[in-house]
Amino acid sequence: MSRGRPELDRERCKGCTLCVSACPEKILVMSRDQFNRQGVPFAVCFDESRCTACMSCAIICPDMAIRIFRLTAAASEPNVAASDG
Amino acid sequence: MPVETLQEKLVYGRPQVLADVPNHYCPGCGHGIIHKLLAQCIDELGIQQTTILVAPVGCSVLAYNYIKVDGCEAAHGRAPAVATGIKRVHPEATVIAYQGDGDLLAIGTAETIHAANRGEKITVIFVNNAIYGMTGGQMAPTTLQAQKTKTSPYGRNPADVGYPIRACELINTLDAPVFIERCAVSSVKGILKTKRAIMKGLRNQVEKKGYSFIEILSMCPTGWGMEPREAAAWVDSDMTPVFPLGNLRDR
Repeated sequence: MSRGRPELDRERCKGCTLCVSACPEKILVMSRDQFNRQGVPFAVCFDESRCTACMSCAIICPDMAIRIFRLTAAASEPNVAASDG
Repeated sequence: MPVETLQEKLVYGRPQVLADVPNHYCPGCGHGIIHKLLAQCIDELGIQQTTILVAPVGCSVLAYNYIKVDGCEAAHGRAPAVATGIKRVHPEATVIAYQGDGDLLAIGTAETIHAANRGEKITVIFVNNAIYGMTGGQMAPTTLQAQKTKTSPYGRNPADVGYPIRACELINTLDAPVFIERCAVSSVKGILKTKRAIMKGLRNQVEKKGYSFIEILSMCPTGWGMEPREAAAWVDSDMTPVFPLGNLRDR
C-alpha cells in the first residue's frame, strides 16, 4: 500500500466539501471552528498516516487547493554486515 | 531498529498551464475541474505555445485569466464561428471553443451546428449544467423536464417550452464530426474519463483529423440551489438518465 500526504491550501479552499466525499479513506473533514480569509470552513486531513496517495481529493477539487505527495522509502543503504558475512 | 526514511514526491500538482490564482467560480462549480483537466491535457501534449482558446459568454467568460494560452473572446454563442476563422488562418494551431449550454445551444445553435457540419478542425468543449449560471439560474435549452429554475418556477413544462436538447445526439446526425463524447465531472471516475475525452479531442487536432465535440455534464450548485455534494449526486441521479454518458463517435 503506497503512502501519501495531502497538502491542503486553506486559503484556496472554498469549502465545497467535494473532497470530503471523494476520499475513500474518509480522512478529510471540514474545519469546525476555524475559517479562512474568505470566511468559510476549509478541508483538513485529520490522519495523514492513512493517506494512500490515491489523489481522489485533488482530482475532484475545483480550486486546485490540494497537492498530493507520494511517500516512498528512501533508497536503502547496502547492508554492510550482511555483504561482508 | 532502523529509522524508516521516506522520500516525498509530488504526484498531483498544479499544471503549468493553469495560472496560480484563485478562480472566481462558486464553491463546487464544475468549471474549475474542467479548466484543470484542459490545462493538464495541454501540458501533457506540450501544445501551450500553439493553443488558442476561444472563451464564450457565460461563467467561463474569464477562462483566459486561468489558462495560460493565447485566446480570443467571442460574442455570445459565436465561439465556433470565431474558432473557425482562427483555425483557417492558423491551421497549425490547436483551437478550442469552450462553451456553456446557453452559449452553445441557445444563442449559438446555428454556429454550433454549421461548424460541426463543415467539419472544422476544432475542439468544442461543451459544459452542460442545465441552467444559465452566470445570469442567476434561468432556464436553459438543456434544463430538465420539471426542473425548477428562476424562469420556470413550477418546473420546465414541455408543453410550453419543449424538451431538453441533447447536443451530442444532434451533432451525431451529421457526417463530418470525428469525435463525439459525453462525460460528467460529478465523480472522480467521471473526471478521469472526461480527461481522456479532452485528450482525445485535442489529439485529433494535433493529428489534423477533424471536428471533436465533448459534452461535459457539470454542477451548478448555486444555480440549482443545492449543496455542492447534493449537486454532484444530482448530476448522476437526474441528469445522466436524460443525457446518457458515453462515446457516440470516434473515427
